[in-house]
Amino acid sequence: MTQVRVLAGTRKGAFVLTSDGNRTKWDVSGPHFGGWEIYHLKGSPADPDRIYASQNTGWFGQLIQRSDDGGATWQAVGNDFSYATEPGTHLWYDGTPRPWEFKRVWHLEPSPADPDVAYAGVEDAALFKTSDGGATWTELTGLRTHESGPGWQPGAGGMCLHTIILDPAHAGRMFVAISAAGTFRSDDDGENWRPVNRGLHSEGTLPEDEPEVGFCVHHVEMHPARPDTLFMQKHWDVMRSDDAGETWREVSGDLPSDFGFPIGVHAHEPDTIYVVPITSDSLHYPPDGKLRVYRSRSGGDEWEPLTRGLPQENCYINVYRDAMALDSLEECGVYFGTTGGQVYASADAGDTWEPIVRDLPAVLSVEVQTLP
Amino acid sequence: MSAGRLDVPADRGGPPGADATTVRVVLPAHLKNLARVRGEVALRVGGGRDAVTRQALLDALESAYPVLRGTIRDHVTGRRRAFVRFYACEQDLSNEPPDVALPAAVIAGTEPFLIVGAMAGG
Repeated sequence: MTQVRVLAGTRKGAFVLTSDGNRTKWDVSGPHFGGWEIYHLKGSPADPDRIYASQNTGWFGQLIQRSDDGGATWQAVGNDFSYATEPGTHLWYDGTPRPWEFKRVWHLEPSPADPDVAYAGVEDAALFKTSDGGATWTELTGLRTHESGPGWQPGAGGMCLHTIILDPAHAGRMFVAISAAGTFRSDDDGENWRPVNRGLHSEGTLPEDEPEVGFCVHHVEMHPARPDTLFMQKHWDVMRSDDAGETWREVSGDLPSDFGFPIGVHAHEPDTIYVVPITSDSLHYPPDGKLRVYRSRSGGDEWEPLTRGLPQENCYINVYRDAMALDSLEECGVYFGTTGGQVYASADAGDTWEPIVRDLPAVLSVEVQTLP
Repeated sequence: MSAGRLDVPADRGGPPGADATTVRVVLPAHLKNLARVRGEVALRVGGGRDAVTRQALLDALESAYPVLRGTIRDHVTGRRRAFVRFYACEQDLSNEPPDVALPAAVIAGTEPFLIVGAMAGG
């Protein structure tokens, strides 16, 4: 019988939540790696029992954990994320040059074809790849050494590579996004990169300015059936590209706020997308204390609030960029985690919601696996 | 011997030889969990007493427990991580050069070498 497995990374450990296809009763396992920040966990599409997890603390640094049994047991694998070439400098917040320095792994993206292959997006921004199940990691240096690199600046959360998208239709094509450099595309398996940010605008810049980089992209998603279309939640603005990132247009439409972090795409409807509006860049909680997911069935511009089962008063949580995921059951399920420790789920594409666990540590990431 | 102490073979991770020294090390809780040990660990450090330095000890520790690589000192620079401290014999050795011999009582095995997660936060 179909099973659903939700992987939640939190400030104080990882949790694995499982349910049958009805998604009404959940078993919660964890905390795994109690006391450690788990920025992200993700399962391999090629072998769903293979899961990679990013484990970190300010005290003891970075570890990568790997499970080969669906999260029941784990083993630490390689954690050497040394930059492969002279690190060079990027810009610090005050505009002065600062050497690249590895801090943590933000996002792990397993290959759809080979469970031993995965990519890691790190802070300070760089892309690493393993081909041996995480034992060793090798930097794909073409990104960090792009000619625009010395001009990259961190966002408030650090200069993190937080989004990795592997294009299922175009061999060798992949996208990454970096706060606050922007979105980059490779067409040769990550060897060479170019910024793809035309049409993005940052607050405070003149409309006629079209810098190549310098955009605080929060998250990007793609539907595998329509790989030339990308949806982006930027610092401010919800954006859309229909030409694989060459150009972007704003689709914020009638959202109550176009500031936010995650964005999600329905598993079967490539034009149905989800965001969680947040009040502003200085007020990281929902407008009016009401937790509302907004859904667009037209790929943006026109949005509807989804509120049934979500708190509609006194709610002042945030939802981080990697903390929303969708399953691929026939009735698509939507999941998101909050800084208040709840993981909310909808088994009907967002029409109704319920917390499947609450009172966890602040949730940093949510991924979901639909298991046969 | 107290419960859980010296719960790994005394020569774990160290080179064999008559001049090797057994050093007791206390890890912080998170690193004990990672290394899957309880209590103290005992490490053989070779090369005579003058060679029993912090660097040699950490080399032996990481050789015995590869999962600890990168958690105490940086992979590339070898520098102590900022929030990790070293103590022994009621002394803070955190900022001592890594190639200085450890205190005699540590080398003699009468005192452990303590690796501590620094207190931080409010």
